[in-house]
Amino acid sequence: MTSTQTTSTTGTPDGAPYLEVTDLTVKFPTADGLVNAVSDLSYSVPLGRTLGIVGESGSGKSVSSMAVLGLHDARSARITGSIKVGGREVVGMDERDLRSLRGNTVSMIFQDALAALHPFYRVGQQLAEAYRVHHPSASKKEARARAIDMLDRVGIPSPKSRVDDFPHQFSGGMRQRVMIAMGLINDPALLIADEPTTALDVTVQAQILDLLQDLQREFNSAIIMITHDLGVIAEIADDVLVMYSGRAVEYGSTREILSHPEMPYTWGLLSSVPDVHSDTNARMIPIPGTPPSLLNPLPGCPFEPRCAHRDKVPGDLCSTTLPELRPGGRGAGHVKRCHLPDPDAIYEAEVLPEIAPDLAKEN
Amino acid sequence: MLGFVVRRLLSSLIVLLLASFVVFAVFYLGPSNPARPVCEGAGGRCTPERLVAIEKQMGLDKPVLSAYGEFMGGIVKGREIDFGASAYDCTAPCLGVSYDTRNFVTDELKERIVPTILLAIGGSIVFLVVGVTTGILAASRRGSSTDRLLVSGSLLVSSIPYYLLCLIAWIFLTLQTNIFPATGYFPITENPLKTIGGLLLPSLVLGFATAPAYARYTRGQMVETLGDDFVRTASAKGLPRRRVLFRHALRAAIVPIVTIFGLDFGALLAGTIFTEAIFSIDGIGRWGLEALDSPLDLPVITATVLVGATFIVVSNLVVDIAYGFLDPRVRIG
Repeated sequence: MTSTQTTSTTGTPDGAPYLEVTDLTVKFPTADGLVNAVSDLSYSVPLGRTLGIVGESGSGKSVSSMAVLGLHDARSARITGSIKVGGREVVGMDERDLRSLRGNTVSMIFQDALAALHPFYRVGQQLAEAYRVHHPSASKKEARARAIDMLDRVGIPSPKSRVDDFPHQFSGGMRQRVMIAMGLINDPALLIADEPTTALDVTVQAQILDLLQDLQREFNSAIIMITHDLGVIAEIADDVLVMYSGRAVEYGSTREILSHPEMPYTWGLLSSVPDVHSDTNARMIPIPGTPPSLLNPLPGCPFEPRCAHRDKVPGDLCSTTLPELRPGGRGAGHVKRCHLPDPDAIYEAEVLPEIAPDLAKEN
Repeated sequence: MLGFVVRRLLSSLIVLLLASFVVFAVFYLGPSNPARPVCEGAGGRCTPERLVAIEKQMGLDKPVLSAYGEFMGGIVKGREIDFGASAYDCTAPCLGVSYDTRNFVTDELKERIVPTILLAIGGSIVFLVVGVTTGILAASRRGSSTDRLLVSGSLLVSSIPYYLLCLIAWIFLTLQTNIFPATGYFPITENPLKTIGGLLLPSLVLGFATAPAYARYTRGQMVETLGDDFVRTASAKGLPRRRVLFRHALRAAIVPIVTIFGLDFGALLAGTIFTEAIFSIDGIGRWGLEALDSPLDLPVITATVLVGATFIVVSNLVVDIAYGFLDPRVRIG
């Protein structure tokens, strides 16, 4: 049932979603047992919109996005559910069709551009290769011209000479621009950015996010922004999906989620964001404990062992029953996976005064 | 780059001088007396007085440093060599006269080096093709039964002692069944086909015995690069698997393989003693081995060590220079 609810939550009157993920489950058999990397995940992104996926390391953000490109080794990953890109089913798609999808209609930008670009090939070669594999009729000259054009578009100065440089000759920010240029070279309808700004300093980070937004306006592509930084989400995302332990725990529009979070894990994420503008009395509160093992999921809410508010739920509901992803008190557009009866009140009464005293007073 | 090469050449020269001096000194000061066979071979009784006289004539009474200096000087400008009964005018580059055959070492070296080089090339082709291909195949199907078969197969081959492998191959494949032509070195100037035939089995045995090491090394390197981010990027670009494997993963994995190969090839050029001895190929390795027979053939030993050390030092240098071409980060950085 959760799938039908979530697809309606993105609140997009304009057109059907371009990417539609329904009940996606990814499991990896290992020597220790089956790792449930992603469980029953559903979300959707229409063209021209940005979905932010947040969560700690190991929460299944990247794994679920790699599945959209079919990048998991069929021998080592068990994938069920449905991933529809522009109406085409990706789960179970054969390798040939997947290849024509990858880097073409769906492309991915990776976190560490220095590691993600081949150290031995000039950036021009790498860009041209990405172009030519999907435009077999293009000549080398055309591909090179296209590479230079893309480098120019992402704001690399003197692209005509830089096209012949190697990745290690670029600065971190410029390298990430190269990565973006490569991701956009075939005008993808869907761009998955896997923590594209994590390795960069804040000013460069802001530039890269601006660039992505500009390019999105230009190409009207759908973007998935994977990050653990809520600042990035606030800046760029239209919708937010919060993931924990391989599951969606909260999902809704960015404005909704950031102003009225209803799940203690999201509160925890908000509490651990440093903010230079905020009151100096505001505290940065880390989430205690560590994420649970994905090997043997316990019954109940996966966040229960770390949750500071579990006592407010009657009985042992939290430790015995996995909460469903369903709308809370704020309409169908905002779903959360939590047993708390009145989370909004708890947030305003207990959490907000701790993390943003000035905001709490205004309310 | 030029400065680097010059610096490396200079340090290589020092290594060569040291290596040859140590070997020269060890055998020069050793118990074997090269003057004795000369003395005995000259006819008549070899009295102690005569022995001393011959030693003096051959320059064996000189201090080791000046004898070494004389030997090295001969390489540069040639020298006169006096064996008492007979004198030789050894022109540069002079590596002396063999105590055993009384041939100029330089001339013999020129002949002996050809089969060693051919064998090194032949063996290298075999182990590179077989080893690297096996490694790539195993890595690309990591964990599959193909992978396990290739890994255990290479372990099996490399666990057989090399001389035994040579002997078995020689006995079964040429001696008993004539599948391969008789091994040995037949001058390339006379009949190149026969030359190739004579070196075919030795090259194959050398190649297949070395291949497992390359297979395992290549597999390890490939497994590592296949897990690298840039390989994932290549797949995410929509490239065909083969292109990902060869253009992206192998391109990165090949650099350390080339390094190891350069060093191995240098060592092969220094002579493969077992291969040459068992397949009766008159190359550098066998020559050096024979020179160790009593009485020691000092000029030959020094020459083989010098040649071997030169090859190893030069191949080291070539590897370092090749690195700059293979890895742009080294070239520009």
